[in-house]
Amino acid sequence: MAMIQAVSAPTRAPARWQDFLQLLKPRVMSLVVFTGLTGLVCAGTPVHPFLAGVAILCIAVGAGASGALNMWYDADIDGKMRRTRGRPVPAGRVQGADALALGVVLSMFSVMLMGMALNWLAAGLLAFTIFFYAVVYTVWLKRWTAQNIVIGGLAGALPPVIGWAAATGTVPLNAWLLCGIIFMWTPPHFWALSLYTSEDYKKAGVPMMPLVAGASSTRKQILIYSLLFTPLCLTPVLTGLGGPIYLAVAGLGGLVFLLLAVRLFRSRAGDAQAQRKDDGLYDVRAGAKDARNLFAFSILYLTLLFATLLGEHLMRVTPLDLLS
Amino acid sequence: MSDPARETDVEARARRGRNIALALGLVIFVILVFVVTIVKLGGNVANRPL
Repeated sequence: MAMIQAVSAPTRAPARWQDFLQLLKPRVMSLVVFTGLTGLVCAGTPVHPFLAGVAILCIAVGAGASGALNMWYDADIDGKMRRTRGRPVPAGRVQGADALALGVVLSMFSVMLMGMALNWLAAGLLAFTIFFYAVVYTVWLKRWTAQNIVIGGLAGALPPVIGWAAATGTVPLNAWLLCGIIFMWTPPHFWALSLYTSEDYKKAGVPMMPLVAGASSTRKQILIYSLLFTPLCLTPVLTGLGGPIYLAVAGLGGLVFLLLAVRLFRSRAGDAQAQRKDDGLYDVRAGAKDARNLFAFSILYLTLLFATLLGEHLMRVTPLDLLS
Repeated sequence: MSDPARETDVEARARRGRNIALALGLVIFVILVFVVTIVKLGGNVANRPL
């Protein structure tokens, strides 16, 4: 009897189909669809609309599958954090084994369909992205190093490359530029957030940068990454990817991004005095406002960059090619 | 006294919802593969020995 109790997790309510949908992290899926679509459109190669739709669906389902695998493996630490304790597995609504099965099955379906409908380069990149997020990031990096979101950010940065590969069967420099922009955006974005939510990560024992290196060092690293990230956002106008509207958006937005990063660097965001134990998850103390501002603007800036590229290519705006 | 092994109404409703979602997912997948096949083959769809 004790054995049965030990192996079966408590189930408070029966699993509904919505719980399985929640395992796929719909919000993350929508972001991945957006960046994957940008890569597919920017490739500039005509693709049958139905096949383009299938490619985006495969990217979305692949991202969802890796989300389910992540929720299966991380159920123990998810249960300790306010932000994640309501997720289906730690809340007991879905058994861990069911989340694992869903993740594995959807991974295989999405990769096979991508290979059959588009090409095997895109399918291979999708498989690598799922593996990188579910195994390299979730199992290895997340609990081991403060560089977890830096290296793990590659998984979130690859969807435009997959979209590009789906359209053309190749991955040229411009595809990797889109990947690089998201990759370099990830550290300032997540570290700004973790400066005012690190208490939650502390409870779960996740080595986020503010907990390992301290708030001051994190603010400095955010500034360094911002100094690298903002010029990188301008490079698409050198390589025939971005046009004049993109140049204006990336330039002006980049200046605002840098300004907010400098203000965060000079603030006391994340310092112990700036937080209280009874703070709610989204309560922000005065000292942490600069962190919240950069976090919020980083989302807007990345969205604008990709929306502008998408818009320019759909409207056939002639891209700048300042290098040639 | 109710039988703890017996499915409650809430459990039955949840199971029915899961089954319908799974069935829909499978039907959509079959349709996707069918249309992808037609699109990929295009005009060659009938070009085979009978």
